[in-house]
Amino acid sequence: MTHILSVSVLNKPGVLTRIAGLFSRRNFNIESLNVGKTENPEISRMTIVVQGDEKVLEQVTKQLHKLINVLKITELDKNSIVERDLILIRVKCTRKQRSEIIQIADTFRAQIVDVAPDSLMIEATGTEDKLEALTELLRDFGIAEFVRTGIVALSRGQAAK
Amino acid sequence: MPKLNGGEIIIESLKKENVEVVFGYPGGAVINLYDALYNSDLKHYLGRHEQGVVHAADGYARSSGKVGVCIATSGPGGTNLVTGLANAQMDSVPLVAFTGQVSSSLIGKDAFQEADITGISLPITKHNFLVTDIKDLARTIKEAFYIARTGRPGPVLIDLAKDVTQAVTEFKYPDRVNLPGYRPTFEGHKLQINKAAKAINNASRPLLYVGGGAVISGAEKELREMVDKAKIPVTTTLMALGIYPEDQPLALEMLGMHGTQYANKATLETDILIAVGARFDDRVTGKLDEFAAQADIIQIDIDPAEIGKNIDVEIPIVGDVKTVLRELLPHIEAKKNGVWQQRIKELKENYPLKYEDDGSETIKPQYIMEEIDKYTNGDATIVTEVGQHQMWAAQFHKYKKPRQFITSGGLGTMGYGLPAAIGAQIGQPKEKVVLIAGDGSIQMNIQELGTAQTYNIPIKVIIFNNKYLGMVRQWQEIFFEKRYSSTKIPAPNFVKMGEAYGIWSKSVDKKSELDSALKEAMEHQGPAILDVHIPEEENVYPMVPAGAGLKDMIGG
Repeated sequence: MTHILSVSVLNKPGVLTRIAGLFSRRNFNIESLNVGKTENPEISRMTIVVQGDEKVLEQVTKQLHKLINVLKITELDKNSIVERDLILIRVKCTRKQRSEIIQIADTFRAQIVDVAPDSLMIEATGTEDKLEALTELLRDFGIAEFVRTGIVALSRGQAAK
Repeated sequence: MPKLNGGEIIIESLKKENVEVVFGYPGGAVINLYDALYNSDLKHYLGRHEQGVVHAADGYARSSGKVGVCIATSGPGGTNLVTGLANAQMDSVPLVAFTGQVSSSLIGKDAFQEADITGISLPITKHNFLVTDIKDLARTIKEAFYIARTGRPGPVLIDLAKDVTQAVTEFKYPDRVNLPGYRPTFEGHKLQINKAAKAINNASRPLLYVGGGAVISGAEKELREMVDKAKIPVTTTLMALGIYPEDQPLALEMLGMHGTQYANKATLETDILIAVGARFDDRVTGKLDEFAAQADIIQIDIDPAEIGKNIDVEIPIVGDVKTVLRELLPHIEAKKNGVWQQRIKELKENYPLKYEDDGSETIKPQYIMEEIDKYTNGDATIVTEVGQHQMWAAQFHKYKKPRQFITSGGLGTMGYGLPAAIGAQIGQPKEKVVLIAGDGSIQMNIQELGTAQTYNIPIKVIIFNNKYLGMVRQWQEIFFEKRYSSTKIPAPNFVKMGEAYGIWSKSVDKKSELDSALKEAMEHQGPAILDVHIPEEENVYPMVPAGAGLKDMIGG
């Protein structure tokens, strides 16, 4: 099972190493990990996607709490969050295929960010499912390379529920 | 406000933390700190190797209950601390280790004696710091001591860039720490305490399983009250021997792989297992799904991550063991538990610890422990190395008080004993400290005999000499058809070696000579070594093979 953890940490040197190290030495599976600044310059927020059952999740949470620089851990409920992932894909394409690929990108509200004689680069954001669907459609043309940021997520405001 | 340099700030901060003793080894990157030590009234013990220094600080912490402090230089000084830090982390020992680091402008440049010790020690410390600005120094030390000694204690390392110990600033030691991410829970949850009390009151075969956390918390009095009130038998882990006096009818002594048969059998029969500051280590439980299979489990621990880590727990209580027991006690009903007490008595009578003695001049290791117990009236602090002798020391000596048995439990560090005994003696100057060592283990940090001699630390080193790495040999005998691969280990002449260090030393191989030799060693003013030759292929029994259940004990 996949769990999304939102972890607030004090922005101290080595905090990322501490968290990544904890996952590897306790044999927990990390699917993606994302770090960024928050509204408070002293605090960073990590969005960690973890694989495992409830027991694994409980241990992950408790072990994370033992790190001195970890302030708060929230498991995000998939039904009440906004989650986003960003992808950059370079797709091989001939001149003839260009318009077809641009149409597909439009459908996914993705943008063409680079055009070369034999390829296009597409930037898209959205949920994991959406990005996987886009990647799947583009696979026929030949994907030269792609990179994804992993999920970032926040809980929705109360009123929006 | 006075202006001090970094070295002086460290000394003044240590005084604010009531540190009286530090263990260390100087070097280029800590030379400013050593310069500040030169005129200070802190007592500094110079070891012979940084591993010896950190184990001594650990032994000191375990025997005194205070925070152990050690100092090492950058690079190899720091890396030599690694085993000692891991050892302290596994057994939750409060330490603050200072390491030198190259100057902040050189960090990352592969400078002379540079090693990334905060990176290296990250998984084996409770927390660590790198200080590159003198303005952070006093606050960091305050935080380090707070983290090391509170909650579940552990080692904290402070890496000091050399320029920080040189720089000068105003010294102001903070009154409080500000660690928003660190708030240990002390008091138990009321609802959980009520639940636990009810379960204990309804149980007919309750059993206390007590670990090192109870010793750290200082819960011996509360534990005793609980046992007396509800007549609950007590078994302890290696880390808690003596927290409940082993000469009492309800004491089952150690459980687990080399535990007593009666303790292990009691875990098979109990209907409520009360785990107190214990972590269900594999050497205790054997096969997990067979452990205390008939029982509901109550677990009291200050570390929430210990709950449910290895075993499912019906009633968890997160909090300081002593505080929780105190909260729990008024809810526990006084009981006789007659049938269960009778059963415990039977188990103890029917399955005592035993060993064969053919009446010859051979000196059995178990017999040595009994003689030491007798000679010291069971009052000595026993420190051990790791291996067969460690298990015999745990089994064949009755422990009466907490912090009386000092040993490397979780990490199982050979080479721990000698330096730890030195530290333990410094932490308990009035106690007799006896080191039980194997001929293999003692060679791992033998250089610390120099430390014992220099400071005239009156430890008594009893070497159980069987010319083998006995525990591994025992496994090879039982599980590998006596294929003794690399376990025959030559030892030096321990008497000559001790004498080379200027230490009283004697060797004995006849049973009839043991008593007088032991007496001589014990009465010698200053450190003493007694090299006792024991049978080469004596085994530790009873024994639960690794991975088997506690019901499948062999031998004994």
